[in-house]
Amino acid sequence: MTAPRPVQETAAMIRAGEESAVEVLEHHLAVIDAGEESIHAFNLVMGDSARDRARAIDAQVAAGEDPGPLAGIPVALKDNLCTRGVPTTCSSRILEGWRPPYDATVVTRLADAGAVIIGKTNMDEFAMGSSTETSAFGTTCNPHDLTRVPGGSSGGSAAAVAAGFAPLALGSDTGGSIRQPAALCGVVGMKPTYGTVSRYGLVAFASSLDQIGPFATSVADAALLFDVIGGHDPLDSTSLNRPTPRVLSVLDEGVDGMTVGVLTEFLDGADPDVVARVNQAAEALAAAGARIEEISVPEVALGLSAYYLIAPGEASSNLARYDGVRYGVRVDAEDTVAMNTATRTAGFGAEVKRRIMLGTYVLSAGYMDAYYNQALRVRTKIIEGFATAYARCDVLLGPTAPTTAFAIGAKVDDPLTMYLSDVCTIPTNLAGHPAISIPFGPGDDGLPIGVQLLGPALSEGTLFQVAAVVEAAAPALRVPRITTGAPS
Amino acid sequence: MTEPARLTREDVAHVAALARLHLSDEELDLYTGQLAQVLDHAADVASLDLAGVVPTAHAMAVTNVMRLDEPRPCLDRDEVLGQAPSVEDHRFRVPRILGEAP
Repeated sequence: MTAPRPVQETAAMIRAGEESAVEVLEHHLAVIDAGEESIHAFNLVMGDSARDRARAIDAQVAAGEDPGPLAGIPVALKDNLCTRGVPTTCSSRILEGWRPPYDATVVTRLADAGAVIIGKTNMDEFAMGSSTETSAFGTTCNPHDLTRVPGGSSGGSAAAVAAGFAPLALGSDTGGSIRQPAALCGVVGMKPTYGTVSRYGLVAFASSLDQIGPFATSVADAALLFDVIGGHDPLDSTSLNRPTPRVLSVLDEGVDGMTVGVLTEFLDGADPDVVARVNQAAEALAAAGARIEEISVPEVALGLSAYYLIAPGEASSNLARYDGVRYGVRVDAEDTVAMNTATRTAGFGAEVKRRIMLGTYVLSAGYMDAYYNQALRVRTKIIEGFATAYARCDVLLGPTAPTTAFAIGAKVDDPLTMYLSDVCTIPTNLAGHPAISIPFGPGDDGLPIGVQLLGPALSEGTLFQVAAVVEAAAPALRVPRITTGAPS
Repeated sequence: MTEPARLTREDVAHVAALARLHLSDEELDLYTGQLAQVLDHAADVASLDLAGVVPTAHAMAVTNVMRLDEPRPCLDRDEVLGQAPSVEDHRFRVPRILGEAP
């Protein structure tokens, strides 16, 4: 299997008129046609609008205009990113049929860069889950093994890129929802510093943790997409009004003289084959000139508990808006409170109800200080713990997930066990930091393993720089092959 | 910090009502067990002595985000109302919110 052609190369060929956006799109639509029935990465494939858009890109090129750095590149969007006039469901019954009256800022930026939106991807309902099994529209299957989960919550986006349905995708990461599915599907996934990518038009789950980020088959492709979507946005009041790191330009700078800390807490609960891959990645970084040291940040062990108090608390507030009044589904009843209750009871799935109730409980009088406020204090301790580590290390290295992809159905009835699959990704969100997952060979079961690089706020440049070195040393992964019937 | 009391079935019924969710008896039992399990796991956090530690609500807090008070385009009213389950006279329509009219 040869690696997919770099996105930058494809875009350059389209911009030069050497290949058409329509041809590139039709190739991907054919792959979707062949593989989507078994994988179910999409809630919606936007074939018609994508064809219109691809033709418009080709017309721009023919007229001598430059459509932008993603000219004619198909991009899949997680179905919690608002697309004007196009259904955006968050994989929830309660938003079935809703057509947002505006585009998310990232969607506008993709359009300005010449990208072609190819579809909306499946996800855990309202991004609450680690396997895409809480989707109201059925689970997504891992392209490497259809009996396994793709991870979650952005499982559809990860699977779409892994299966070759689209070279790029966007997801959102609240506690690992980009990085964990990227690891389980064998693709690159990156969670940016909080505030570097606008959340305008991202349907809110936990507003202090949510960030949009890229999926790609290579570090360079992810870097290109991050450069397009990042930057200040006045429409998001939490958007950082300062220069966003540019990452594509620093990819070749290497790791000579850097210090990489191997985070021991993340190795503790991980499977032996996962630990072996992390150590192998550390050796590759050492060979490239980095200094490797083991480092302990004991505070991160508290991350999971703190997260499952903070995120549900924020979610219980954010999801109060689904009341059957302004958008989405309504179940009629004799008065408004009964209508609200009937709508929410019918519209939300079990995991969403669980988190709303948990969040309502930890924010309620008598419990708020013991749970929610206490978790916010732990958040401070985690930030301090990372600061101590980053005083010594440029980046930290660990696994992205403690295991490879687990079987569909294995954890869905046991919420706490499911939550534990986010143990290595959650601390980053609590700290507002960036992190990236890079595929690093198969595990003992032949399924993808991802290694994770973590850095302090706004260290995206360094992270991508190190990620490129890790990627260059990564053992080959068997790539899922979707047969389109056409010779390739 | 003292640990809070264990979650009861009545607590779950109460928060479900607050959150405008109706639960069957079976669901009440199921959720009580599952939520208690998550809260038990959170006991490591609840029992820590963190007196004097300042809580962090936002890791990258930005303050006083303002814009000029100038008129600018907003969402199209008809497009917004077109997504509502029920509309009357350019307004969202809801079932009655008070008791019977006199």
